Amino acid sequence: MSQTVARTVAMTVNGRAVSVTVDDPAMPLLYALRNDLGLTGPHYGCGLGQCGACTVHVDGAAMRSCLLPVGELAGKQVTTLEGLGTPDRPHPVQAAFIAEQAVQCGYCANGMIMESAAFLARTPKPSEAQVREALANNICRCGTQPRVVRAVLRAASQA
Amino acid sequence: MDGMALSRRGLIQAGGGLVIAFAAAGPKPAAAWTEKPVALEQVDSFLAIGADGRITVYVGKVDLGTGVRTGFAQIAAEELEVPLDRVAVVEGDTALTPDQGPTYGSLSIQIGGVQLRQAAATARAALVAEAARRVGLPAEALRAESGAVVAPDGRRLAYAELVGGKAFSLAVDPGATIKPPEQRRIVGRPVPRVDIPDKVFGRFRYVHDLKVPGMLHGRAVRPPAMGATAEAVDEASVAGIPGIVKVVHEKGFVGVVAETEWAAIRAQQALKVRWSAWAGLPDQAKLWEHVRATPVGQRQVTSEKGDPAAAIQGAARRLSASYDFAIHTHGSMGPSCAVAEFKDGRLTSWSASQATHNLRKQLAMMLGLPVEQVRCIYLEGAGCYGRNGHEDAAADAALLARAVGRPVRVQWMRAEEHGWDPKGPPTLIDLRAGLDAQGKVVGWESEAYIPKGAGGNVDLVAADLAGLPKESLLSPGNIVHNLAQPYALPAVRTVCHRLETTPFRPSWIRTPGRMQNTYANEAFLDELAAAAGADPIEYRLSVLDDPRGREVLERVARLANWQTRPSPRRDQTGEVLRGRGVTYVKYELVRTYVAGVAEVEVNRRSGDIRVTRFFCAHDCGQVINPDAVKAQIEGNVVSTVSRTLLEELTFDRSTVTSLDWAGYRTIAFPQVPEIVIELIDRPADRPWGAGEPAAAVVPSAVSNAVFDATGVRLRSVPFTPAKVRAALQGA
Repeated sequence: MSQTVARTVAMTVNGRAVSVTVDDPAMPLLYALRNDLGLTGPHYGCGLGQCGACTVHVDGAAMRSCLLPVGELAGKQVTTLEGLGTPDRPHPVQAAFIAEQAVQCGYCANGMIMESAAFLARTPKPSEAQVREALANNICRCGTQPRVVRAVLRAASQA
Repeated sequence: MDGMALSRRGLIQAGGGLVIAFAAAGPKPAAAWTEKPVALEQVDSFLAIGADGRITVYVGKVDLGTGVRTGFAQIAAEELEVPLDRVAVVEGDTALTPDQGPTYGSLSIQIGGVQLRQAAATARAALVAEAARRVGLPAEALRAESGAVVAPDGRRLAYAELVGGKAFSLAVDPGATIKPPEQRRIVGRPVPRVDIPDKVFGRFRYVHDLKVPGMLHGRAVRPPAMGATAEAVDEASVAGIPGIVKVVHEKGFVGVVAETEWAAIRAQQALKVRWSAWAGLPDQAKLWEHVRATPVGQRQVTSEKGDPAAAIQGAARRLSASYDFAIHTHGSMGPSCAVAEFKDGRLTSWSASQATHNLRKQLAMMLGLPVEQVRCIYLEGAGCYGRNGHEDAAADAALLARAVGRPVRVQWMRAEEHGWDPKGPPTLIDLRAGLDAQGKVVGWESEAYIPKGAGGNVDLVAADLAGLPKESLLSPGNIVHNLAQPYALPAVRTVCHRLETTPFRPSWIRTPGRMQNTYANEAFLDELAAAAGADPIEYRLSVLDDPRGREVLERVARLANWQTRPSPRRDQTGEVLRGRGVTYVKYELVRTYVAGVAEVEVNRRSGDIRVTRFFCAHDCGQVINPDAVKAQIEGNVVSTVSRTLLEELTFDRSTVTSLDWAGYRTIAFPQVPEIVIELIDRPADRPWGAGEPAAAVVPSAVSNAVFDATGVRLRSVPFTPAKVRAALQGA
């Protein structure tokens, strides 16, 4: 009954070599992370690349995992929120989000943090306007934006 | 002091230990699915102290992302005299927590927290009494401190030793003494939220992350026209997708179940269904004519004083205006999600429902099960600002799980969330007023056209589509509040025309009715102030007696460096005009006071409005956690600026057409205003809500600021650039 052949994709996720077996290589990376690898930091928000909740780093760049066919990830380095930092060794953006209490429901926080971390890596000393522009395609419905901006600026000042 | 007598008896009967929970919980219905006491009047319903001295708090109100979990922990830790990190909170589990009502209406602290506080105060008194009995001293000689009762000679009796692992078995004492403000160490402080570290490290477990053994993945296939029925379902159209378990079809309810989430999504997209035609929605271009023509079920007078019609008729100056407010979607960041499992004829439903105790009844009704056979467990989802799609996802999951006999997880896709969550109904308000020769209001009349119903259950989509039992109520929330005036006007009549129908299944979205009614009232009042040539704040103060109301207005004036003068400014040239506008609300006329000032820039060529700064003075009585209250105010302002400037559902005659974030625009970071907040804390008073009231002041503050900048009055939310340009051209 199957029309597709299972295929294995090997990649590096959070520094660890993993392989995911899929019957549809067009399946977005997000589902492999959440359901096959148990990494639920990235969230499904829209499946359209509009909201940012699913953001991960692929070879250091912030990308929307809801749009990336897993079959195209072979050999790539993927980092999720879980791999960005830990309570013992937090990424400066994660530490700043705690310091500024920049989370309400937190469903968007994955995208806010992953997008900001990639942004600060290429723009270490941004202006507030640059932070706002960098996050212009990340949606939050609780209204954490003022604190998110403060957190990113705090992370930049302490990096 | 019945409660205290009862508590002593309960402790003494236990003879040095305390009676264990199930023996002492009293008779309960034979089939009630509870795992511990849950009655509102019992201490054990709210609190348990483990053998390790750790405290578990049980609350029926849930944390929807607001931080109220931390607030509950603060309240319990304060009254019990234990360190905050020793308290865990269990929320919204029908088998474990008391039914404190849905988590809506800004009542979690005001109702839920106050009930918890009384239970904790009762427990503390009982612990002290038990310790007193053991050491043979009067209770007054002992004090509770850091999880123990301490005697004058320094002996410490740990709570774990006094009650650990056992039940209190005593009634909540309404007279139990609450700690006075000067003795509080945890409540009133900006303690960090307990959930945030897990959320920033990807370790928090949302309902979306729940996995149950044997769990399958389901998706509903919704009709392309909202009222259509599935005439034929072609199961062969998805047979080629690996992992398909079942196609489910019950009248208009169609769903697929698969071994993997991706297979369920592929099947949802691929399933061929022949749907009947349906085009029962009104023409969006004529929405307000449709609202005016909708049959009225009830005329509800919400305030009446004097003879405003005669006063207006005889007034030196008469004004009238109509205000409308668009249909809004909740637009939750994370589409609704739930897991359902049937075991031994009983259903367990995990969801992010704000009202698990009500959902239990709704699921039981839909499925024809006794309520006692259903357990609903809350797990946090994406931020919830009212009754959104969570309950509907729970119904989808329950129907699919019943059909396949295994646990099923359902998560809605984005288009389902935007299309099928219940909507904030369209609101239309007509106002009339008369002024005397000095510009004073002599009469005020308003008429709101809003759907009938209140804050009851919103029918489940699956029950509706499948033709299964449902309550068939309209439940838009208590949307009549705040049409009545907070001001001392000589003659007033406010009327709600409660409409028999409304285009979409309605529900409450953050500040339901209070926002729309305050918007119309406070913008129209601004029109009267302008007609009178008065400063908008002075005009309000001239008719406001309430001292707490006057205080928030006076404070926001100072905070915003308000320059006393009438609106509009009329002193600006150039493309970008700047203005300021004020609004005041006393929430539901009985609680939280808010005054807000919006500062705007209006581009008169493009019609773009930018809210640059928003000032807010806020009095919600006692503040449990000032940083959490500020976060709620910020959220209210940001999300309501979004609603005011951008948000509007679009639809054709068959269905919603604003099905993603491009079609339903919301605020982006560059448009977010700077927010300046002044909190008034009244530690000796009762706490009121903060999750909604500040939202009520935003739309009219913006309308008033645009008027101040341009001299043009906006009366139709959202204030889109096209409406601004049209208004400017018509001026």
